[in-house]
Amino acid sequence: MNKAVVELIGVDKDYGGHRALANISLTVADGEFLSLLGPSGCGKTTLLRLIGGFEDCTRGQLLLDGRIMDRVPPEKRAVNTVFQNYALFPHMTVFDNIAFGLRMAKKGTDDIRQAVHQALELVELAGMAHRKPAELSGGQQQRVAIARAIVNKPRVLLLDEPLSALDHRLRKQMQKELKQLQRTLGITFLLVTHDQDEAFAMSDRVVVMQQGRIEQIGTPMEIYEEPVNLYVARFVGDINVLDGVIREQTGSTTFIALVEGAVVRLRSNRALNLGQSIHVLLRPEDFRLELEQDIAQSRDLSAKFQQARLKGTVRRIFYHGATYDVEVSLESGTRVQVTEFFDDDSDNLYFKPGDSVALGWHEGWEVVLPHED
Amino acid sequence: MKTESRFRLLLIGSTYTWMVVLALIPYLILLGASFLERGEGTLVVSGWSTVNYRHLLSPAVFGMALDSLALAAVAALLCLLAGYPFAYILAQAPTRAQPLLLLLVMIPFWTNSLIRTYALVMMLKADGFVNTLLRAAGLIEAPLQLMYTPIAVFIGLVYTLLPFMILPLYAALKAVDPQLLEAGRDLGAGRVQNFFRITMPLTMPGIVAGTMLVFLPALGMFYISDILGGARTMLLGNYIRDQFLVFRDIPMGSAASVTMTVAMGLMLALHYLANRRSGREMMR
Repeated sequence: MNKAVVELIGVDKDYGGHRALANISLTVADGEFLSLLGPSGCGKTTLLRLIGGFEDCTRGQLLLDGRIMDRVPPEKRAVNTVFQNYALFPHMTVFDNIAFGLRMAKKGTDDIRQAVHQALELVELAGMAHRKPAELSGGQQQRVAIARAIVNKPRVLLLDEPLSALDHRLRKQMQKELKQLQRTLGITFLLVTHDQDEAFAMSDRVVVMQQGRIEQIGTPMEIYEEPVNLYVARFVGDINVLDGVIREQTGSTTFIALVEGAVVRLRSNRALNLGQSIHVLLRPEDFRLELEQDIAQSRDLSAKFQQARLKGTVRRIFYHGATYDVEVSLESGTRVQVTEFFDDDSDNLYFKPGDSVALGWHEGWEVVLPHED
Repeated sequence: MKTESRFRLLLIGSTYTWMVVLALIPYLILLGASFLERGEGTLVVSGWSTVNYRHLLSPAVFGMALDSLALAAVAALLCLLAGYPFAYILAQAPTRAQPLLLLLVMIPFWTNSLIRTYALVMMLKADGFVNTLLRAAGLIEAPLQLMYTPIAVFIGLVYTLLPFMILPLYAALKAVDPQLLEAGRDLGAGRVQNFFRITMPLTMPGIVAGTMLVFLPALGMFYISDILGGARTMLLGNYIRDQFLVFRDIPMGSAASVTMTVAMGLMLALHYLANRRSGREMMR
């Protein structure tokens, strides 16, 4: 990993009696695209404001480029922010907005003109220099806000839910452009978002937060495939939670367990004890689903269900275009959601409500967690 | 429905009736009178004349009008200098304290301004509160001459008109998005630069509105000049009052009155046009 640009060491932030951030330790590497992901009120914006210099740590330390930032005001920090509502200066033209930081830094007139036009081209707003912010669309204002920040060549760019005010299509487009921009500039980006898709699409690493604490830090793939707890698993996408008990350990990472009434084989790197209650987490797309009657007729098919075979009944089908979801109620009463891809050869949905089905999963795709009650 | 519309007609109708009877008709009379001439023995003589308006352009009267404009301008500037910091602190104060602080600005309105002006005499006269205090503190030996000076008139004007400056400034300052100031800091501006580059330009409509609300009345507050300035300081208001009540020259007073009203109207129209233009720019 590159050297650290931002370091937080045991940071707390209290507001009155309320603890907004608790014991946050985090290192952001130079040139990294890091997302802070969590629901509103989880402290992710507070963390961003702390780094920006708009709040002070109650306890702990914040370092930028190895320098302690205690009582260093925002104007003296080599970070710039793209605010949620852009916060463009309404009385200034686009040019003056973008030039603001350079003028504060007492750059020469020619340098400023050149840098502003370069920034405008980078965000594809060349020719808009003399408009006022109110004359621009939301997407254009967004680009001005980004240009205004990056023109100062900050060490870290802080982005506070920058895309939340844009419509779905524009948001998708801006996600790609932001990622592209970050690669071009090589600046460290720190993005706050509550949108898992956004965080996953753009970030090198994601920090999942809840109630002022960091739940997990990892690459999008790690977060999605190996969530450390139920909260993280539920926050990033749909997940099915099955309950079970460990019966037997058959190898260093293999177990036999009773899950929703069926005996199954599990894999986990965790140390699990005999008799321990567990959650087995499976994404909708991790399941295998077949009709019982088909399995009875095919040795190949039944072999695929050797390590896990739960019995259930199809309840409902939800059509999504490229995929469809099947809601299955297991014999234990638990309902699960299974995502199936369309078979190229068949025009019809393969399952219909009332079908008796066997439910298994691709071996090793399950995540086993200690029971959280 | 029908009663409602009848009620509405009654309300609007009575408002218009008041406006016509108490404002429009008297004003038309004033306008008419300004084109008459003063008569010996009678109040006016009939005929059509612009002599009054020509007299207004004579050096003596025109000079007085300019002095009056300058005096009102200085009063407005003093109000701005005193009012802006106050409004700024008010707008920054804890949200719960703001209504109370606003109330303190409004309370003096509950007392008649003539009475408050007489109260100022008590403060400013030779053996008044200010001189007694300064002498007790050992800062001066002989009492300062405050009464019947332009300083006293300024004190009176500023004291009376300051709330008209504070309220629009407060409204303008409250409308400035605090996040813009954070954006300024983020981009390297200190508090002082933030103020001059962001807060002040954004509160310009409030500054203009407050200045108009102080400047226009300051032209006509003759009693403040009378009570605190003695005979030496003259406002346009004093001149008009004197024409009507001292010299009994109703046409002349009318002409001065009409001129002042037209001047004020022009300024308000300019203010309105400037506002509308910037408003349109915002909308685009």
